[in-house]
Amino acid sequence: MKKRIPLILIFVAGLLGVISFVIPHPSYQVYDAWIRNDLLRVLSAFAVVLALGSLLRVHSDKIRRKRRNWQYSWLLLIAFAVSAIIGLFGGVAADGILPTTIGSFSYDIQTLYENIVIPLASSMFALLAFFMASAAYRAFRVRSMEATLLLVAAFIVMIGVLPLGYSISKHLPAFVQWILNVPNVAGQRGIVLGIALGVVATSLKIILGIERAWLGGGE
Amino acid sequence: MSLIILCTLVGLAPPSNVRAYDAPDDGGGVINVEWQLSTDDAQTDAYEIYRSENGSDFVKVGLIGRSRQFYQDQTTEDGILYAYKVATVSDTVRALSEPSPEVISTPSWINVAKVNIYVAMLIFGGLILYYIYHARKGKELFIRKIAGLQAIDDAVGRATEMGKPILYVLGLGYIEDIATIASLNILGEVAKKTAQYDTKLIVPNADPIVYTVAREIVKESYTNAGRPDAYDPESVFFLAREQMAYAAGIDGIMTREKPATNFLVGYFAAESLVIAETGAATGAIQIAGTDALAQLPFFVTACDYTLIGEELYAASAYISKRPLLLGAIKGEDWSKVIIAAALILASIIGLVSQFPILSLFQ
Repeated sequence: MKKRIPLILIFVAGLLGVISFVIPHPSYQVYDAWIRNDLLRVLSAFAVVLALGSLLRVHSDKIRRKRRNWQYSWLLLIAFAVSAIIGLFGGVAADGILPTTIGSFSYDIQTLYENIVIPLASSMFALLAFFMASAAYRAFRVRSMEATLLLVAAFIVMIGVLPLGYSISKHLPAFVQWILNVPNVAGQRGIVLGIALGVVATSLKIILGIERAWLGGGE
Repeated sequence: MSLIILCTLVGLAPPSNVRAYDAPDDGGGVINVEWQLSTDDAQTDAYEIYRSENGSDFVKVGLIGRSRQFYQDQTTEDGILYAYKVATVSDTVRALSEPSPEVISTPSWINVAKVNIYVAMLIFGGLILYYIYHARKGKELFIRKIAGLQAIDDAVGRATEMGKPILYVLGLGYIEDIATIASLNILGEVAKKTAQYDTKLIVPNADPIVYTVAREIVKESYTNAGRPDAYDPESVFFLAREQMAYAAGIDGIMTREKPATNFLVGYFAAESLVIAETGAATGAIQIAGTDALAQLPFFVTACDYTLIGEELYAASAYISKRPLLLGAIKGEDWSKVIIAAALILASIIGLVSQFPILSLFQ
């Protein structure tokens, strides 16, 4: 019964999803929208509580057991508490019961997000430039036939998109475009085709209860 | 009346043959309007679309550029009779057409426009079910070796020997993303192996729902492997919803815990390289898999093994070796053969029909 109920639920939910693809009539679509939007939102709300509980539990445990770098967990817990209080009582647009300005200094949740979270995320994103350089070095080391082909193709494309490419040969930019439009797109379409069929097969396996790894496996 | 007189004075011709009809295969509330271009199309700025519910009071509902002959009115109410007029607009001058015949928008019960997709679904779904049925009867099925999946046993064994954990990253995907579902299936199989070898498993999550599902999967896998006592509830946890915060958190785990093996399987965006390069720098064996085309080159570059596209969906069957799941892969492969054959045939027909000699027979 522990496995049968989830299997029945997934079969019904999958079938409803397929039917919504076939029937555009609003008398059916309204229920589909209810499942996708309202019901999923309610589920998300419960899941958020569980997830935040997990986050707090992991970091409280880390502090209690004095695990490596446990001091940073205090930072997380304090930031969590501060942003939760300001978010809950200060309101999203500084319209809550908690005052979120002192003179010209404001600390409402939107301001905190824009001035702390976004710059931090941007800094992480900026690291990509360095990671790309190290990844490119790794990719372009000539170790095999495939790596050599990659190196040659990348070299031609990089030169071809620069003004230097045109000065070497006026046909080079067109050749680069051909590499991007023909072999590159052909490879990508092959992958997309496999993905699409994989999606169909995986969906069928789950709807029909053949794939049960998400239930912990078993027959 | 004054407008028509003005039009006549400046000689601006209105569009003709205005036709309005209910948009087919939709949920209702949409009427398509078509017309023949004004003979003064070159001088017009745009076309205005007017609508009436009683045949006399026309109200402007839309504006569309010159040389266009089609407008979709998405603001109608089902069951009401509408008539349409289209006006040629040039500066402040308008020339209104004759009204269209009256029309009603209605919702459709079946989307007939997707009939080709239904046929494809039936063929491919039928093939998959046919091979699953064959597999159920015990027919032996061959599946080619997938290096990334062959390496899973070695990767788990390596982590066990080194006494280091295994990090399983599910990516940024939501529970409704099929890549996330495929990744959860693989997680179930990997968790069984870590339970058998008694290896520490770390599963940080970016989505609350995915977190709750992943936790249950790992717990069930440990129970099914006969090691419920070895399951650590803290091993599966919620990390962060923000993309780069999630990446930073995983990078932190990689540098602190130094996992022997990193699984990066699921849906990834720009953070893929940030995570994969950090993992490579720590010396871990990395097995990645995603259906995000833009991230595949990064994974191929920075990881030891990469499951490309469909391999991600085949992974669960490959690891578990369950005949029913292998049957589905066989069905997938035959579907690909059919698509490839159709593509080749269509290319040949397209190529042959372009031969100049054929024009002699026209």
